[in-house]
Amino acid sequence: MRLRIALGLLSLLSLLLTPPLAVAAPVMDNTFETTLANGMRVVVREDHRAPTAVQMVWYRVGSIDEHDGVTGVAHVTEHMMFKGTPRVGPGEFNRRVASVGGRDNAFTSTDYTAYFQQVPASQLKAVMVLEADRMRHLTLEPIGYSKEIQVIMEERRMRTDDQSSARVHEAMNAVAWQAHPYRRPVIGWMSDLEQMTVADVRDWYRRWYVPNNATLVVVGDVNHQQVFGWAKQTYGAIPARALPARKQYEEPVQTGQRQLEVKAPADLPLLVMGWKAPRLNDPRKDMDPYALEMLAQILDGHDAARLPTALVREQQVAVSIDTSYDSTNRGPSMFMVQASPRPGHTVEQLEQSIRGALAEVANKGVTDQELARARSQLRASEVYKKDSVMGQAMEIGMLETLGYGWQSSPLMLEKLNQVTAADVQRVAQSYFKDDQLTIARLVPQPLDAAALAARAKRAEAIQAGGRH
Amino acid sequence: MTRTNQWLTWPIVLAAALLSAQVLAAPVQSWTTPQGTRVYFIETHALPIVDVQISFLAGAAFDPPALTGVASMTASLLDQGAGERNEKEVAETLADIGAQMSSGAGMDSASVSLRTLSDPERRATAVALMVDALTRPHFDGAVFKRDQARSVAGLKEALTKPQVLSQRAYMAAIYPDHPYGRLTTPESLAQMNRSDVERFWRQHYSAARASVALVGDLTRAEAEALAIRLTEALPADQADVPRTLPKPAPTVAKTVRVDHPASQAHLLVGMPSVARDDAEQIALQVGNYTLGGGGFVSLLTKSVREDRGYAYSVYSYFDPKLVEGPFTIGLETKRSQADDALKVVNTVLGDFLQRGPTAAQLKAAQDNIAGGFALRIDSNSKLAANLGVMAFYGLPTDWLEKYPERVRALTPEAIREAFQKHVKPEQLVTVRTAAD
Repeated sequence: MRLRIALGLLSLLSLLLTPPLAVAAPVMDNTFETTLANGMRVVVREDHRAPTAVQMVWYRVGSIDEHDGVTGVAHVTEHMMFKGTPRVGPGEFNRRVASVGGRDNAFTSTDYTAYFQQVPASQLKAVMVLEADRMRHLTLEPIGYSKEIQVIMEERRMRTDDQSSARVHEAMNAVAWQAHPYRRPVIGWMSDLEQMTVADVRDWYRRWYVPNNATLVVVGDVNHQQVFGWAKQTYGAIPARALPARKQYEEPVQTGQRQLEVKAPADLPLLVMGWKAPRLNDPRKDMDPYALEMLAQILDGHDAARLPTALVREQQVAVSIDTSYDSTNRGPSMFMVQASPRPGHTVEQLEQSIRGALAEVANKGVTDQELARARSQLRASEVYKKDSVMGQAMEIGMLETLGYGWQSSPLMLEKLNQVTAADVQRVAQSYFKDDQLTIARLVPQPLDAAALAARAKRAEAIQAGGRH
Repeated sequence: MTRTNQWLTWPIVLAAALLSAQVLAAPVQSWTTPQGTRVYFIETHALPIVDVQISFLAGAAFDPPALTGVASMTASLLDQGAGERNEKEVAETLADIGAQMSSGAGMDSASVSLRTLSDPERRATAVALMVDALTRPHFDGAVFKRDQARSVAGLKEALTKPQVLSQRAYMAAIYPDHPYGRLTTPESLAQMNRSDVERFWRQHYSAARASVALVGDLTRAEAEALAIRLTEALPADQADVPRTLPKPAPTVAKTVRVDHPASQAHLLVGMPSVARDDAEQIALQVGNYTLGGGGFVSLLTKSVREDRGYAYSVYSYFDPKLVEGPFTIGLETKRSQADDALKVVNTVLGDFLQRGPTAAQLKAAQDNIAGGFALRIDSNSKLAANLGVMAFYGLPTDWLEKYPERVRALTPEAIREAFQKHVKPEQLVTVRTAAD
C-alpha cells in the first residue's frame, strides 16, 4: 500500500490552514507576526498541545544565489555554522542544544538555508540566544574548515555520486536549465568543493547572513509576546546591512526537445520527463500553477490515480511511477514524471504510455469526481499536518522566505479548490509541448561490468599518478 | 540537504522507549479484547484525527525458509482488493474520505496503519476498509502475479546498490542459520504462489498474534468497539504455528568483503546483541547515546567526522527484537580510507567498552534523553508509533511514564557492565563493501 506524499504546493498547503472541517481553534488566530527594527521578520504560532517548541531561522539565500566556480558554498556555509563563535566553541552549539534535551539540524536548498532546534518549550530562549550569536559572530577557522570540507565531499559521494537516480537528476538539471542557476547542484560540483577555501565561505556569510535577510519562525507551547520580546533582545541587537543586488535570471524559452543519457550501476532503466512549467508568481491572480497542482494530484495522488492505474496496473509497462510539480519556488518550475519500465518493456514504450495518459487529459479532460477526490484529500491532509509542530514551522518559513507571506496559505487553498475541470484540461493542453521537454534516461550498467571498469580506471589513475 | 541523517536512526531505535509522565497528555489505557488481542490506547481530542495500528507476529522472521519474502508480500497485498471492493475501489474510497492506510512487514512484525478524520461517517468507512483488508483480502491471482513481478524487479534493482548489498551481507553474517539472517532473493520471490500468500495470512493474522494501538479523538467505549471490530473476524488461531524465534548463536569475529564499484566504502561492524525483554536494554540505549547514537555529540561522530573528516554519517545503534537484535556501527567513507576509518571506530569502541561513559558523559545523555522526552511524544503520530511498539512487545503501560526516571537512575558502572555483556570484540563481524 503506497502512501503518496502530496507534492509541491499541495504538500506545502496541507501543512496548516484554516479548516473547513471542525477543529477547536482556527489556526490563523494563533499566529502572530512582527518585524524587528533591523528588518528581521518574526512569525510565532502558539500550539499548546505539548510542552515543546521549534525555532527555525530561514535565510533567503541558497544555491540560486551562487556563481560558477563556487557552487556548493551555500551548503558549505550551513555546515560551518556549527563550527563555533568566540562565545560558543566548535561543536558546542550541538552540545548545548542536546544538554537541554533538544535536537538541532539545518538544511540548504536551491532557494533558502534554514536552521532549527526542537526543544522543551522552557528552553526556547536559550536556543534563541545561541542562534542569534551565530548569525553575527561565526569564527570560520581554517583548520575546522579543512576537516568539514572533507565531510561535505563524503556527503556528495553518498548522496549523488553513488546514487544512480541522483546522478540522472543532477545531469538533467544541467541540461534543462541553461541560463538559470537551477542548472547547478545544491551540493556543488566536486571540483568546486575541492578548490573552495574558507575565504569563499567568509565572503558568503558576510554578504547574506544578516537579520534583514532572515525570518524567525517559532511554533509551539509559547506566548507570542514573550517570544517577540526575546527576539528583540537577541536578534534585534544585530545591525542590518545592505544586501547585494540579486540578479534576475531569465531562462530563455526552450525551443526544442532535449535528451540525455546517464550510465550508472543499476538493473532497471529510469525515464525522467520534465516540461518547463510556471512558478506561482501572484497567489491572487495566477491560475495555471493551481491547475497544474491539481493535475499532478489527479495523475498520481493516490494508488488508483490515473498514471499508476494506466501504467502499473492496466498496461503493466511500469514497475513504478512518480509525478512531481512544485509551483512555489524563487525560480521557474518543471512538471516531472519519472518511471521505471517493467522488465520486458522499453523506456520508449514507457514514454509513449506517459504521453498517452497526458494526451487523454488534454483531449478529454478530467471528471468532476476526480477533482472532488483531490479536494477531499487536500482537506484531510491540512488537518493531519496540524499534528506536527515542525511541519507547521516549515510551511510558515517557506512561504515567508519564498516571498508569498504566511497569510497567503488560505488564499492558496481557496484557489486550489476553485480549479475546474476546464482549467485542468487547458493546462494539460498548454504545457506538455515537446519543445519544452527534457528527457533523461538512466542506462543501467551491470554491476560486474561496472566493477571491472571502475577497477581498470583506478589502475590507470594510479599509473598516471592521478589524484583519486 | 540535511546536514546529517543520524537523527533518523535515533528515533527508530528508541521508538519504544520514550515518553514522560508530566508530558503525557493522557494516561496509556490497556485491555485485552474478547478475542485475546492486547490493546493500548491514548485518548486525545485536540485534533479530529484517529490513528489505528494493528501488528501481528507475522514479520519476515516467520517466513518459511523456502519462501523468504512471503511475509512482506502478504502485508503489501492486503489492501489490493478486499471485501466488496477491488483494488481500484479500495484506493478510490480511501482518497474520497481523505484517509491514509499503509502496511508492511519488518523482521518481527507485520503492521497495518490507518489515519482518518474522526467524524463518524469518515471514520466508519475508513475502519470498514481496514477490517476488510485484514479479514477479507482477495489476494487476486492477477494482482499477485503483477506485484510479484514488480517485487522481483525492485529487488534486482536494489541488489545493485552498495548499501543494500552491505546490509544483506551483514545480516547473513551475524545471523547464520537464523531467521533474521535469511534473505529474500529474486528466486524465492519468483517461485512464490498466490496460495503461499493466502496460507501465510491464515496462519499469522489471528487475534492471538495481534496487538492494537489506538491514539486520538475516540472515547474509551468507541475505542473498545473499534478494537473488537478489527479483531473479531480475523482468521482462527493455529496453535502449531510458531510464535517464538530461536535464540541466535554467538558469532565469531570475522571480516566479510563485498565488491562494488562505488566511490565510498560501506562499513558495518556488529553482532547479535539484545532482546526487547532484556532488563539492560535501557542501559545500552543510554550508553549508546554517548557512543554513537547522540548524533552530532557522540564519540564516534567526534572522532570519525569532526576530528578527521572521514565520513558524513557515522552512527551506532541497538535494535532490540523478539530475540537478540543487532548492535551495529555503520559509516560510509571514500574507499581508500576504509582501513583508517575502521581503525578509528575500533579504537573508540574499545575504549568505550573498557571505560564506559564518564560521569559527565552520562549526565549529558540523561539530560538529553530524559530532559527532552516531551519531544518524542508531542504529536499523535509519534504517540501512535510508540504505542504500536509497546503493544507489540507487551511492554508495561507505565513504560513511558517511568522511562525518564529509569534513565536518571543509571550509573556509569551499570552502563559499562551492560556493554561488556552485550558487545564483545571477539564476536564482532565486520562487513566491508566497496572498500579498497
